[in-house]
Amino acid sequence: MQYRVVWAALLAPALALAQSTPAATEARIGNLEAAVKSAQSAGDNSWMLVSAALVLMMTGPGLALFYGGLVRRKNVLSTMMHSFVLMAVVSVIWAIVGYSLAFGTGSPILGDLRYLFLNNVGAAPNADYAATIPQQTYMIYQLMFAIITPALISGAFAERMKFSAMLLFSVLWLFIVYFPLAHMVWGKGGLLNAFSGGSIPCLDFAGGTVVHISSGVSALVCALYLGKRKGYMSEPMKPHSLVLSVIGACLLWVGWFGFNAGSALAASSLATSAFVATHFATAAAVLGWLLIEWIHNGKPSVLGGISGAVAGLVAITPASGFVKPFPAMLIGFVAGIVCFLMVTAVKSKFGYDDTLDAFGVHGAGGTIGAILTGVFATMAVNDGLKDSSGKTLGLGLIDGHPGQVLNQAIGVAISWGLAIVGTLIILKICDVLIGVRVSVDQELEGLDVSMHGEEGYNLET
Amino acid sequence: MKKIEAIIQPHKLEDVKEALKGIGIDGMTISEVRGHGRQKGHKEVYRGMEYQVDLLPKVKVEMVVSDERASEVVQAVVASARTGKIGDGKVFVYDVAEAIRIRNDDRGDGAL
Repeated sequence: MQYRVVWAALLAPALALAQSTPAATEARIGNLEAAVKSAQSAGDNSWMLVSAALVLMMTGPGLALFYGGLVRRKNVLSTMMHSFVLMAVVSVIWAIVGYSLAFGTGSPILGDLRYLFLNNVGAAPNADYAATIPQQTYMIYQLMFAIITPALISGAFAERMKFSAMLLFSVLWLFIVYFPLAHMVWGKGGLLNAFSGGSIPCLDFAGGTVVHISSGVSALVCALYLGKRKGYMSEPMKPHSLVLSVIGACLLWVGWFGFNAGSALAASSLATSAFVATHFATAAAVLGWLLIEWIHNGKPSVLGGISGAVAGLVAITPASGFVKPFPAMLIGFVAGIVCFLMVTAVKSKFGYDDTLDAFGVHGAGGTIGAILTGVFATMAVNDGLKDSSGKTLGLGLIDGHPGQVLNQAIGVAISWGLAIVGTLIILKICDVLIGVRVSVDQELEGLDVSMHGEEGYNLET
Repeated sequence: MKKIEAIIQPHKLEDVKEALKGIGIDGMTISEVRGHGRQKGHKEVYRGMEYQVDLLPKVKVEMVVSDERASEVVQAVVASARTGKIGDGKVFVYDVAEAIRIRNDDRGDGAL
């Protein structure tokens, strides 16, 4: 008796469905599809908004603290200001024209002006990039990358560049280096975009070339062009607060999950995979740096540990959405060791004053990561690359595609070339127009007082 | 009157204060200073940049006492600040010409 009641209850809706007209069924299926789509969009969009916020957190406070702690006390504010002010400057430029130049469909080299003043960038997704989130979400997420990239360069010219020159430099650098490179690697139809018919298919999941090689190599050019700080190698230039730097590095580590896992552009299993790869690579890089430092100097330092973390995060960035956890660890470990040698042996051999080692960590780590992506990228992690018949293509050397290593090398070479030439031209322009370097007196007084009229620590008041 | 100036290891400050309190000396001025005598400093390395840090943190204790108490105070400081290792510091004793209490213009030993 009881069972009959249950059966009747179950059958009633089915019978109702069977009796309804085909049109009504269509409508219900349509509603269902819309609901599923909306639910997926809600999931993806919430993750992407969180990721955008995480990437902004990498610049401020992450990078501001990391860099701020490494300089001398008299330059702490000016160094933090480099990162902070770019959060404002880049945002405004991005809204006016930057997003359009990077992600508009233009030539293989640069976007066009279709999104000028964020025209047509609204709630509707842009299927060329991310089909399940509003284009506005994609736009604001990409902005956060454009903010941190010039901020990374500031590590090379900290403690000696005029604030006005730094502003002009950063703005010109976005136009001449960042927007073209972002378009080439990620933009629709970009020269290096493997997923959008680029003629040199390069794999860069989250910005190894666009963000780290471009900023790191430009940093080296800046360090060479500006020359050494007064008293470099003769006066003590110890970091004034490694405590700030540790906090900053840990914020970078956490924020980087938005940077790498967010680059899946969806709350997908690929995002999880990138998250996992990022974390393990970073852990291995910390141990790599500490190990070689312990052997080399007799003591493992805290600064070494946090530098290793950043080196690992940088190196895994291009590979994060393409590699499995253990290759990720290997990439991180190698980056930890190579970047240690870059900031110790190589820097002292060549004698350039890259104040905060933007080149040694981001330039070198980015290059290692980009090349090793060509080795370890696998379709078992990322099946996004398909041929015309829809068949999934192998990615890196371990998928039996050794040519990818060459593609990566060409992508790296283009990034290096653009960064070197572009940065040199921009520095020359800035030098002629306003001069890039502060006066000797201003440098000795410290940039906090001479550029901003403030001091970081007024502990006696 | 004598001024006794002791440069000691920072971690011995509490012992010295206790010892002085034990013999009835309450007034003193202390400052955080840096310096070295025969003591070698240490090496610090920041991303391959080596720094020889030879000026080490010390504490300077200054007090002015009457002539007759001077040797007793010096004894107390030396005994309480000693660890027996290089870097324990030094004590200097000076003659003081005059002392004035600002509050009420007391002079000499009465101002101490």
